Amino acid sequence: MRYLDEFRDPVLAKRLVAQIRRSARRSWTIMEVCGGQTHGLLRYAIDVELEGVVHLVHGPGCPVCVTPLESIDFAQRLALQPGVLVTSFGDMLRVPGPHGSLLELKARGANVRVVYSPLDAVDLARRYPDYQIVFFAVGFETTAPATALAVLQAASENLTNFSLLVAHVRVQPAMEALASMPDSRVQGFLAAGHVCTITGYASYEAFVERYQLPVVVTGFEPLDLLHGIWACVRQLEVGSAQVENCYRRSVRREGNLRAQQLVGQVYQICDRPWRGWGIIPGGGLQLRPEWREFDAEVRFASLLESVVNEPSECRSADVLAGRIKPTECPAFAVRCTPDRPLGAPMVSSEGACAAYFRYRTACTWCDSLRDSAVADDRLRTTAQRVREDTAAASVRRGYHER
Amino acid sequence: MCLGIPGKVVRWLCREGVAAAAEIEFESVRRVCHMACVPEAEEGDYVIVHAGIAISRIDPQEVVRFQEELANSKLHDEWPLTETAGGELP
Amino acid sequence: MSGEVFSDDEERILLAHGEGGRLMRRLIRQRIVAALDHGGVLGQLEDAARLPHFSGRLAVTTDSFVVTPLFFPGGDIGKLAVHGTVNDLAVSGARARYLTLGFILEEGLALSVLDRVLASIAEAARDTETQIVAGDTKVVPRGAADGLFVTMTGIGELIEPMLSGPAALQPGDQLLVSGPIGRHGVAVLCAREQLEFQPAPASDSAPLATVCHQLQRSLGANLRAMRDATRGGLAAVCHEWAEACGKSLVLFEDAIPVSSDVRGVCELLGLDPVHIANEGTMLLGVAADAVDEALAVMHAFPQTAQACHIGQVSERDRLPVMVRTRMGRTRPLDDPLGSPLPRIC
Repeated sequence: MRYLDEFRDPVLAKRLVAQIRRSARRSWTIMEVCGGQTHGLLRYAIDVELEGVVHLVHGPGCPVCVTPLESIDFAQRLALQPGVLVTSFGDMLRVPGPHGSLLELKARGANVRVVYSPLDAVDLARRYPDYQIVFFAVGFETTAPATALAVLQAASENLTNFSLLVAHVRVQPAMEALASMPDSRVQGFLAAGHVCTITGYASYEAFVERYQLPVVVTGFEPLDLLHGIWACVRQLEVGSAQVENCYRRSVRREGNLRAQQLVGQVYQICDRPWRGWGIIPGGGLQLRPEWREFDAEVRFASLLESVVNEPSECRSADVLAGRIKPTECPAFAVRCTPDRPLGAPMVSSEGACAAYFRYRTACTWCDSLRDSAVADDRLRTTAQRVREDTAAASVRRGYHER
Repeated sequence: MCLGIPGKVVRWLCREGVAAAAEIEFESVRRVCHMACVPEAEEGDYVIVHAGIAISRIDPQEVVRFQEELANSKLHDEWPLTETAGGELP
Repeated sequence: MSGEVFSDDEERILLAHGEGGRLMRRLIRQRIVAALDHGGVLGQLEDAARLPHFSGRLAVTTDSFVVTPLFFPGGDIGKLAVHGTVNDLAVSGARARYLTLGFILEEGLALSVLDRVLASIAEAARDTETQIVAGDTKVVPRGAADGLFVTMTGIGELIEPMLSGPAALQPGDQLLVSGPIGRHGVAVLCAREQLEFQPAPASDSAPLATVCHQLQRSLGANLRAMRDATRGGLAAVCHEWAEACGKSLVLFEDAIPVSSDVRGVCELLGLDPVHIANEGTMLLGVAADAVDEALAVMHAFPQTAQACHIGQVSERDRLPVMVRTRMGRTRPLDDPLGSPLPRIC
């Protein structure tokens, strides 16, 4: 496919790997912010290619993973209401809430449907006027224009049976939170290419000034990822901290003004709890008061309630903050698997834990035998080995850093 | 997050406001995508599509620049590839 | 969404069609038997079909077919049932001879829909030289089924020498796939979720019997195993084979054939074609020196004209199934929990 295949070229990728290895005189810790980037890095084994030179820490960029349990709980209550159909993206429907995932709830009679686009949910509202169609709007700044457009379309057609359950989150406040953590190991950021496509990167200029950490706007294909990492390493090696755009074919400094205008028309910035993090100031978007009639939380206010607690063993907060690798969590691949997740990062295909399980330890041969003691040992061994590998790698890195 | 895939604008269907839409081709299949955010794209241009809406027009000149930069990347060989840089214990 | 009210005057299935009276007999005689009875066995309408003497060993397979929608680009539930059953026998090294057909019909199903399915079953049975010899029809109340379910059993004669099967895979054996993968799953997903791709991707539903028999004749013992990669796609078959033989399977990422429409849809929806169902595409394990011959045989048949060499069997590694990336690294190939869903992330 044009503009995909060119950026997956293995020969050029090898060359970039060599360039990064040449450029790095020591090992650097870089965080890729976006879960799509995590997925690509692990799928193409780029983290392995760069072992010992670049230590990649996986960031919080999986909106599905940080969607608060309260929102999932509310979506589930809605889905169990007669005459209500809850729609969302496939990944959101698999995330475990307090009573299982939305897809599991479907088996108990809930009305749940996967859509590809929020505008397809508007289409459902047109076709099924007797149903209340709720779109569970998750996603970063990239997705907000699509859901804003959905509201505007519904409004222009006077659809009274369409509403949004908004759980949109904003990337930069989370990066600020990360950068100001006293124990942060992150030395540079790969900013999320498609988020920046919408927002631009001018706002990162103050960020790099303040935290003295380079920020490189990076795409998603192997060459994009390597290109971004290389730029970040070059900055780190010369002690520079600037905003650099390595995804120029899609990202302009000012972003997509048309999209920003749509988002601004429908949403306003709000404080929002992130799952595993607590409240992030300015970390979310909510509907402006003039669009209240499209707010599922207003329309179905009587169903809002309850405080729900995370399973205590899940260390997703540490994983999302880059404090530990998924494999360093004691529950990883033992008591927490994609089939039986303790937390969201193990569910979403973009979640760091799921990506590690999938691309680093996937051993479904063991899965089928999970209940037997033998398999349990084998699984534990796999998880153990990965943990040891990671520990060994840190030791090697530590040696270098001294 | 944010799966965004490049597709080619084949045909504009509506250029107006929130209903703006065009037929976009991904390899050999086409789908109607919403275009309100990329009104400047012309037929034949490539756009990045996320969740059913186009979020940017791909700048072909930047693609060429990127490829040239990679082709000339030997210019950036400021540092020699030392053995310790490979991650092995010295 | 169920609960649709029919306002047309289509003739429809009633509960009485399953209650043993005149209406049921009429349905069976005038529609089902009339459409399907080619060998005269079905029309005897006895409690059991009596089959002629078999000389060799038999193979039996059974499968239920549920698909929404019933008709999709490239096929329908009727074709799917016959091809699926015939293929299960063919990849096991057997020639399908007789089929049985169980219907579960939902009250309210249009008889014209049933007729189309019957015509499709009849055509597929003719194409695959099989005969439908026994059947059963039940009707369930509206909402208790989704239109129509099919259960089919196939009886076939094993072809000597028998296939050794996946347990016999050895390190050094090579893996081939008979065509581009993921076409059926993508076709059904697009049709079911109304994803509105144009042209709509078409299923690969097709019989593989002739090509399987020819492979067995030409390759003999060098043909180790065949399996049609249905639910779970290529990845699921690889995991089953790795478990069966206790070795590891390595696929070459570059070599796996994917058609351009499947590629486009999968990229856009964030799916991996290795996890998507096929209905006329199979995985083969052959001895290392039989790769060219196997490919030559398959390339002579239209439905396997794009067969490719995609991987090999190696000694047991830490992981049962791996993919060698274009950059030369290996990573595990996972076997997902359920069917893949479109994602935005």
